[in-house]
Amino acid sequence: MLFTVNKSPFTTNNLSSCLEFAGDKDPILLYEDAVLGAQQGSKIESTLKTAMQKNPIYALKEDLDARGIKNIIAGIQVITYDGFVDLVEKHKVNPWL
Amino acid sequence: MEEEELVQKKMMFVMRKAPHGTIYSYEGLEVVLITAAYDQDISMAFIDDGVFVLKNDQDTTGIGIKGFMKTYFALEDYEVEKLYACNESLAERGLKKEDLIDVNIQFMNRSEIAKLMEEQEVLFPF
Amino acid sequence: MKLAVLILDGPYNHQAPDSAYNFIQAALKKGHEIIGVFFYDDGVINSTKLMEPPQDDRHIGKRWSELGKSGIDLVICIAAAKRRGIADDVLIENARISGLGQLVDMAVAADRLVTFGD
Repeated sequence: MLFTVNKSPFTTNNLSSCLEFAGDKDPILLYEDAVLGAQQGSKIESTLKTAMQKNPIYALKEDLDARGIKNIIAGIQVITYDGFVDLVEKHKVNPWL
Repeated sequence: MEEEELVQKKMMFVMRKAPHGTIYSYEGLEVVLITAAYDQDISMAFIDDGVFVLKNDQDTTGIGIKGFMKTYFALEDYEVEKLYACNESLAERGLKKEDLIDVNIQFMNRSEIAKLMEEQEVLFPF
Repeated sequence: MKLAVLILDGPYNHQAPDSAYNFIQAALKKGHEIIGVFFYDDGVINSTKLMEPPQDDRHIGKRWSELGKSGIDLVICIAAAKRRGIADDVLIENARISGLGQLVDMAVAADRLVTFGD
């Protein structure tokens, strides 16, 4: 299933909680303020790199651009709303709001 | 005339938000009741701050907000019987089983709840 | 695919209605069917015709109304609407107020339910 995470991982535990529930290979989409988690060099970078060994992590381009985030943690896949739709085609959605 | 039977889907309500600070747990419960009336296969998972939704001794008179605990005691009448509370979420928040209301709750680890989530067809976040 | 969208938060305060709208546009472009959009919790506030944002900003209410005009069923939950002062006399065009049962119908009929909120 696709976990959609929209809150910043620096102010909420949404992303870390989601990682505890995501099964092997379950994709995780960071969008809205959750894309802050994609910024390189943060205190959660290593957590995300570890998570990516088990779960593909995506970040929504339109939200990254809106927030001026260009240096993305290596391995996070940047997708547009088209890609968001692709993910929904392939997986049922577990909205981790 | 034959009545059209509504398809039954497995629907899980993922309750992750604390009660009263926001309305999600209250209005989410209303969706549970209506979904039960439509004969869906319902379960509720209480995770993260959502475990506080099941906390006993809630008294909302002081904050002037309508509480909803009476409804939880009536859930069995609506045939909503699958309530799962996350052990890790409880422990992280200093809660024990005895701190929760006396209704039929199954206590499970994250991994077990995650497995149940996999089986669902629809997941509602509240 | 048949997609249903649930919106739990209000316009401007939260990005949720914008994310939902953008997602819906992308899904329509890919040829999917949006069988309905259900507005619940503060999401019902998306449906007030009294919105008057600055001219150079998106008009969220009108945007929904245009989507509704294209044939997509926009359903505003009556219980949540009453709570928040949304009624027929302030409702945008091409949306309708109805019961929570419509959400269940959508969830059952859709291949996927996608929820946006805070």
